[in-house]
Amino acid sequence: MKREVMTANKAVAEAVKLAKPQVIPVYPITPQTTISEYLAQFVADEEIDAKYIKVESEHSAISAAVGASGAGVRVFTATSSQGLMLMHEIIFAAAGMRTPIVLADANRAISAPLNIWNDQQDSISQRDAGWLQIYVENAQEALDTTLMAFKISENPKVLLPSMVCLDGFILTHTVEPVEVPEQEKVDEFLPPYKPDHSFLDPNEPMSIGTLADPDYYLEARHAMSVAMRESLDVIEDTCKEFADIFGREYGLIDPYKTEDAEIIFVAMGSMCSTLRVMVDELREKGEKVGLLKIRAYRPFPVEAIDEAVKNCDKLAVLDKNISFGIGGALFADVKAKIHKDAYGFIVGLGGRDITPEAIMEVYEKTKNPEQEVTWIGLKEE
Amino acid sequence: MEIPKEELLAPGHRGCAGCGASIAVRLALKALGKNTVAISATGCLEVMTTPYPETAWEIPWIHVAFENAGAVASGVEAALRIQGKDDVNVIAFGGDGGTVDIGLQSLSGAMERGHNLTYICYDNEAYMNTGIQRSGATPYGATTTTSPKGKDSFGEEKPKKNMPMIMAAHGIPYVATASIAYPEDFMKKVKKAAEIDGPAYIHLNQPCTTGWGYDSSKTIEMGRLAVETGSWILYEIENGEFNITYRPTERKPVAEYLKPQKRFRHLDDEHIEKIQEFVDNECAELGL
Repeated sequence: MKREVMTANKAVAEAVKLAKPQVIPVYPITPQTTISEYLAQFVADEEIDAKYIKVESEHSAISAAVGASGAGVRVFTATSSQGLMLMHEIIFAAAGMRTPIVLADANRAISAPLNIWNDQQDSISQRDAGWLQIYVENAQEALDTTLMAFKISENPKVLLPSMVCLDGFILTHTVEPVEVPEQEKVDEFLPPYKPDHSFLDPNEPMSIGTLADPDYYLEARHAMSVAMRESLDVIEDTCKEFADIFGREYGLIDPYKTEDAEIIFVAMGSMCSTLRVMVDELREKGEKVGLLKIRAYRPFPVEAIDEAVKNCDKLAVLDKNISFGIGGALFADVKAKIHKDAYGFIVGLGGRDITPEAIMEVYEKTKNPEQEVTWIGLKEE
Repeated sequence: MEIPKEELLAPGHRGCAGCGASIAVRLALKALGKNTVAISATGCLEVMTTPYPETAWEIPWIHVAFENAGAVASGVEAALRIQGKDDVNVIAFGGDGGTVDIGLQSLSGAMERGHNLTYICYDNEAYMNTGIQRSGATPYGATTTTSPKGKDSFGEEKPKKNMPMIMAAHGIPYVATASIAYPEDFMKKVKKAAEIDGPAYIHLNQPCTTGWGYDSSKTIEMGRLAVETGSWILYEIENGEFNITYRPTERKPVAEYLKPQKRFRHLDDEHIEKIQEFVDNECAELGL
């Protein structure tokens, strides 16, 4: 094991190298670009034995990924923001065709207005596609989650693609110490991908991506729904196996001081680090507060959340996205599935800093609520 | 030329009687044999051959979407090669809509990157799967549902996009035009395309009984008339060298090709003369 200082983008690239995908179709976009660059260099230096396809767009990146996965190999790609928007159509196809692709999304705001900075609107906008989505908080988690994502997606019970979501710039361009696991241990954890079906093998011809009329479509979509539900257990089992080998523990969620909390912050991604500090500060002042970090957004871990928040009075849900007309997407899901008094807060869109003051405001407005959904940090006028 | 009896596109698919697209695939696969993986763009071919749980394909086949056959084929090719399957032919089929219009970027990328694959555009000169809407490959004067003849319209106002030359401009090792009505010429080109190391593009003229409006028994006749009148010229460009591969002994007037087709039936003599002029110019330019 080596310990190095690196960005989360480098951490993802290191994980990809360790996971040994055989085809990597990628197209650069800020703030994902350095992932494409690191991987290009790894391939150029023969550190990864993979075909790196220098596609002409993100649409072709994900299309080539589906083609390659269809031909039975492990595939990785990465993108961000507008790139993910351009992939949108094929994001659905990738899930529907049950290709266990892993995609790292460097979370970035969506145009217009044009904005290259962080929020989570891009991946949230893909939430109904049938992909697993896991949000990470730091570079180490980005590396570990990328490794786990391959194993989870390739599990025959799942066979759905995974999106590893890491906050643009805040994680992608910030250096932190990261433990890079040894190849031997990764090989033990993640053996080569061997699909159950023959896939595009002239010796066992099969047709994939066929037309399904009303007699079959519903069942095909239902099978995806079942797989998504099954993935809850697979994620947990994979996290346990990962912990046994590498010593770092993860789960569907990550609760912090929630047991006796009266108010619990619910959030995803890098802002959880700030929230954890604020929980400690508030606790020092005698406030009973906790943090529930959601790692798996899809599948949405209702039971795990229920258990973690069972003793609290109120939830303060922070969203770095907006579903216009209802509020944050995570807030809407929490309201729909978790039977607690919940308040939604729109924070950090387009890279606006989520400061301790902003979090204090969230806390106050949850204690003394004025409305269901509040935008935090709006300038006057 | 010996043409194998074995069919790799099974009968019983849902193509129209007289469907030219199925002839295209049958011939191409006879040329390539079983050690082949096919990629289809969304379109007639995909819909008629793979209504789940049926498939007409006797070889491995994949479809993802309308505009990305070039990119999907790139991924398939890369995955096969990295597994050491260098001898497997990779062939992509896209209609004219999926190739010259919505799939142009994806195809351009695939050609420019040098993947060892063959792309066949089966060109029936409109969006036939959705009911005969014009594409960039619809010829001058053809009436379609989105370029209809009318009081102030004679149908499509522009000649078709010159797709094979756009592909040739990519500097790829092999570009050819072909027709389903000249099977030996077509199959030779498919073989050559597969044997050449690198990307190859074949633009295949494929008459469509439904979209062009002629009797379903006349598909081959219509394909021959296209070529015999010089409306479709059979050539290949191999490593930059241009060759006409078939020369009609005597070029027939273009009216003989236009008149039997419902899509051109509204054209008056003036328009037919104009089309004759287009054809004459094109033939002069290519040396036919």
